[in-house]
Amino acid sequence: MNRLELNSYVDKAKAKLAEKAGAPQIRVCCGAGCLSSGADDLVKTLNQEVKSLNIDAEIIPTGCMGPCNQGPLIKCDPGNTIYQKAEPGKMRDLLQSHYAENTPVTEQLLFAGSRETPFLDADEDPYFKKQLRIALKDCGHLDPEKIDDYLVNDGYHALDKALFAMTPEDVISEVKQSRLRGRGGAGYPTGLKWETVYRYVNDQKYVICNGDEGDPGAFMDRSLLEGNPHRILEGMAIAAFAIGASKGFAYIRGEYPLAIKRFEAAIKLARKLGLLGKNILGSEFHFDVEVRIGAGAFVCGEETALIASIEGKKGNPRPRPPYPAESGLWGKPTLINNVETYAAIAPIITRGGEWYSEIGTAKSAGTKVFALAGKINNAGLIEVPMGTTLREVVYDIGGGIQGGGNFKAAQTGGPSGGCIPANHLDVKMDYESLVSLGSIMGSGGLIVMDESSDMVDVARYFMEFCMDESCGKCAPCRIGTKMMHDLLQKICKNKATRIDLERLEELADYVKNTSLCGLGSSAPNPLLSTLRHFREEYENRITETSPKHTVVA
Amino acid sequence: MKSHIAHDWVSLHASDPRVKLVAAKMKKENYRPDALIEILHTAQNAFGHLPMPILHFIGKGLKLPGSRVFSTVTFYHFFSLKSKGEHTCLVCTGTACYVKGAQAILNEIEDKLGLKTGQVTKDNKLGIQVARCIGACGLAPAVVINDEVHGKILPADVLAMINQKMTAHEQVGTE
Repeated sequence: MNRLELNSYVDKAKAKLAEKAGAPQIRVCCGAGCLSSGADDLVKTLNQEVKSLNIDAEIIPTGCMGPCNQGPLIKCDPGNTIYQKAEPGKMRDLLQSHYAENTPVTEQLLFAGSRETPFLDADEDPYFKKQLRIALKDCGHLDPEKIDDYLVNDGYHALDKALFAMTPEDVISEVKQSRLRGRGGAGYPTGLKWETVYRYVNDQKYVICNGDEGDPGAFMDRSLLEGNPHRILEGMAIAAFAIGASKGFAYIRGEYPLAIKRFEAAIKLARKLGLLGKNILGSEFHFDVEVRIGAGAFVCGEETALIASIEGKKGNPRPRPPYPAESGLWGKPTLINNVETYAAIAPIITRGGEWYSEIGTAKSAGTKVFALAGKINNAGLIEVPMGTTLREVVYDIGGGIQGGGNFKAAQTGGPSGGCIPANHLDVKMDYESLVSLGSIMGSGGLIVMDESSDMVDVARYFMEFCMDESCGKCAPCRIGTKMMHDLLQKICKNKATRIDLERLEELADYVKNTSLCGLGSSAPNPLLSTLRHFREEYENRITETSPKHTVVA
Repeated sequence: MKSHIAHDWVSLHASDPRVKLVAAKMKKENYRPDALIEILHTAQNAFGHLPMPILHFIGKGLKLPGSRVFSTVTFYHFFSLKSKGEHTCLVCTGTACYVKGAQAILNEIEDKLGLKTGQVTKDNKLGIQVARCIGACGLAPAVVINDEVHGKILPADVLAMINQKMTAHEQVGTE
């Protein structure tokens, strides 16, 4: 399809939609969380019930709506009313009351039970009100398996704009102006990365989408890939246009079968409409995407390891430079960005880099998606402007600590990150502030812990993870993580001495500074940050003297 | 003998539909060594795990040394050389599940069944595994029984749940 044909196709779809404006629509959250609480059956039941009740409603399965803990969720439109814990058995009465009798079922509204007066319009609830959804905008609203849903919501509009109204240089400068930084964790300026790859002249360049979301406790990429795959595809296509690539790979974790299925389906639909393939929308630009399935190795989130894995090899990282921008996949200049980074591209192109750069803080622009989990009432997926405080996230959006306990720490950045203690609850969530506390932004997993969590064991837990996931290529990481793990275990069992603790700190320093890749150099972070903020928990377990450790000079 | 993929203890016949599937995938990928991981995924989907003979078969097809195939298989957690059991119970040990007591669930299973993580019952009925994170953190702690995710599991309920899923599956099979 060329540009004009697509426009008329979209116009037709929009006209069809306008005919049905105001008609009841029931959206069923089919994100990973709600699916496992029975969303599939719910869709079936709802379809039967609307028929038998004679309600002319459309049932739309969507991606993740956000408050996973309250699932399964359904959203009744018009009115934007979300009902929680929607069990198939309750649906008949609920539909009857909500649509036929026009009486909302107050006791089943979202957050009924935890709010005195739950809100009819879900967007009025503090959970959503405090959020700013840019990457997640259509996630939980449109059917991820239908490209028309995306198209009528201005989907592929940004690609059209980039192809026909902008040059690659314009696109890059727009992204630079947005001050968007890599959402995979390291926070490298995206525009700068694009420009670097753009400058390397080569007849073949590649674009890679890093969807190997290996951090335990993170499900942002998963929800984006499952909830709005076309947004990611569009971002990749724009990136490819900007840097001059004709081929892209989306590397998705094997643990995410639904994300793989939906993304592959999205590629097929996009190809059919000429949004991928040769002469996209009638332009001179060719681009196609293939999915590569990860096989369960955390280290493959590291860009050089990920490239090795796409080449069919063991996921071993290699020293940089050369950076993938110069010599990446099969030795060609390669652009690698995280899923969430690509999700931010289309709105930046449509609304302008300046608009995006005004959101967030001076050094960290835009919004960040967090996966809120752990001992928190409203566990789920959220997106907030950079610079929102941890307190706002935990208490206003997260609804506070589960079971009424006290906040002890929030863990960000997974096994490469650290723990933020209660006295820093007012820290602004942006790249620099988190680093100054010994943690990192990371990909966005945010695990809340209450007083029942033992911080030494938390450090041991993450070290065990790193020890297990170390690829074994470089000695500091392979041996260091094992030694640190054993020492932490010793402390956990109250068998360690002061010398062990000193040795542990010394080792952490070695591993941090001498490892080959990010996995090793950040592996000591959970240990160092818990030592910094919860040192007394370590000290309390140290036995002062041990004849075994008398220094033999 | 040529129609067999010979190996010391098992032999797979080339007419085995699973072998055919792997052969077709290799052909589709043009026997590119780059496609090794893709082909291993296909093989594991077909066999449930990766028996040695099929690794030899793939190595030959892609003209890769056995060491390269074997080291790739053992590098990635997703690939398994041993059968995972007819039914699988996978306990998520991601951070959210850890904070909410995944270890207690695992202890319960290991103690009551006398199995360790990664082991399969003698009758090959049930295998126990752990996952680094399945991304269902909002429902922590989570357990995946036969590819079905179950959230907010209590240690006391987990065995009953496994039994129920196993019997349900068996009943469907005998109907």
